[in-house]
Amino acid sequence: MMYQVRDLRLSFPDLTRKPLLGAAPRTPVLKGISFDLPKGAVLGIVGGSGSGKSTLGRAMLRLLEPDSGTIAFDGTDITHQTEDQLRGMRQRFQMIFQDPMSSLNPRRRVGGIIAGPLKLYGFDGLTARVNEALDMVGLPRSFARRFPHELSGGQRQRVGIARAIALRPDFILADEIVSGLDVSSQAQVLNLLGKLVGELGLTLGFISHDLSVIRRLCDRVLVLHHGEVVEQGDTDALFAAPQAAYTRELLASIPLPDPDQPWD
Amino acid sequence: MSGYLIIRNLTVRLRSGPVILRSVSLNVAAGQVHGLVGESGAGKSMIGKAVLGTLPRALQITGGEIWLDGVDLLSLSAAERRRRIGATAALIPQDPLTALNPSKRIGPQITRRLIDILGWTKQAAEARALELLDEVQIPNAARVMRSYPHELSGGMRQRILIASAFAAEPKLIIADEPTTALDVTVQKQILRLIAQMQARHGTALLFVTHDLGVVSKVCDTLSVLYAGKVVEEARMQRFFMRPIHSYSRALLSATPSYEDPLGSLTPVSDTVIEEVEAEVRWHDARAGT
Repeated sequence: MMYQVRDLRLSFPDLTRKPLLGAAPRTPVLKGISFDLPKGAVLGIVGGSGSGKSTLGRAMLRLLEPDSGTIAFDGTDITHQTEDQLRGMRQRFQMIFQDPMSSLNPRRRVGGIIAGPLKLYGFDGLTARVNEALDMVGLPRSFARRFPHELSGGQRQRVGIARAIALRPDFILADEIVSGLDVSSQAQVLNLLGKLVGELGLTLGFISHDLSVIRRLCDRVLVLHHGEVVEQGDTDALFAAPQAAYTRELLASIPLPDPDQPWD
Repeated sequence: MSGYLIIRNLTVRLRSGPVILRSVSLNVAAGQVHGLVGESGAGKSMIGKAVLGTLPRALQITGGEIWLDGVDLLSLSAAERRRRIGATAALIPQDPLTALNPSKRIGPQITRRLIDILGWTKQAAEARALELLDEVQIPNAARVMRSYPHELSGGMRQRILIASAFAAEPKLIIADEPTTALDVTVQKQILRLIAQMQARHGTALLFVTHDLGVVSKVCDTLSVLYAGKVVEEARMQRFFMRPIHSYSRALLSATPSYEDPLGSLTPVSDTVIEEVEAEVRWHDARAGT
């Protein structure tokens, strides 16, 4: 198993209700989440805004520390590990962000952006690794000398993917990575991601609000609502017979490109 | 002249030269919903902005006609045009948070236009605002009038902007990606509300969106744009059954659909892009730009 998550709970302090003295009351965001993610699988995490999907992703990468429950990554309990203990591990789980414009340093060239984490983890042969990563995401090697603003949205998102895969991680978390893109680049980025998962034997967590995109890419789906898992299972089974009322509501709300779809 | 909004050969350019809209023509009749679709940068929002006279300063209209309710807006003086647009057209914007002033209560934000531009009395405007908030199904309208935008959810804020757009009974409403920032479940409610309001008031609606799924639910007709050029104009049913232009077909196959996981999300091929780029070049050569 890549991930085993059991009864995961996480809360944030509600600073708007902080009393003058003492600690702020806490708002629960994840309310007891459990699931298994087998190696090589693609897990779609879906839910509305505020459902806790990004918080779950960040907890899986230990960018946030849970209140209770356990997260095991490849058999190691990482729930409460310190930054020191995690250091050897971090390279193995990487993230691709939603907005490539704000997650790529505008003052660095693409080559430097991809090489940054490689340097941090002490890799050598940086140029070769950067070139290889660019090859894998289908960008010309000459792009290493360009700045992010010189690229299109789809190309920038490929740079984000290249930066993550250059480290040869076992797991990648993609947080809404196609929601800012036009449909044509969306399709390209999704195809690329699907191809890389197969070629590199990656395990992928794919956060999205769009069930159509999830259906295309994911093997398994986790449906979150108000910080709880309302339904999880095999993608085809879930689309064929959604069990939870919330999943059915989500599906019924998606406007399909078809004027004959019943919409009431 | 049929239609409340008639655009003829509208050309918009950057003051520095490049063409943004290429001889765009379209009609929106009273009571009809016309969709403008295309990818980012295709110029779909710019058409709405050209009509409402809110184009960025760097852009200018260099040719064409915009007829709103029987008057060519571009033949009027600037002041006359503003008055005319204010009285006949309104906008439902994309982002309900930035469109509302965070430091002012909701009530005055709805009534201001009625009082300042249309010269209503404060009492009449407030009564009208309450009535509209009721119509867009906002519970406890009197309390919402006294609220600040941050106290309301995204869906509520979008309802308020819809109420505000319909306040002065405009002949034309331009909705610019009105549901893009919302969750799908909320999006559905808001789209239905816009459709109901539009039908009840018999307004002409120009609906700008990148989402062909949304278009198929709310529009009667649509124009597909690429690089500021209309590549296909069609009635809804025909478009989804038999899209004619290869770019329209490519756009449809790229649109995600969970009912057709293998047939959807196909990237737009380079051949299609070359084809449509060639059309754009041909248009420019013919138009002498």
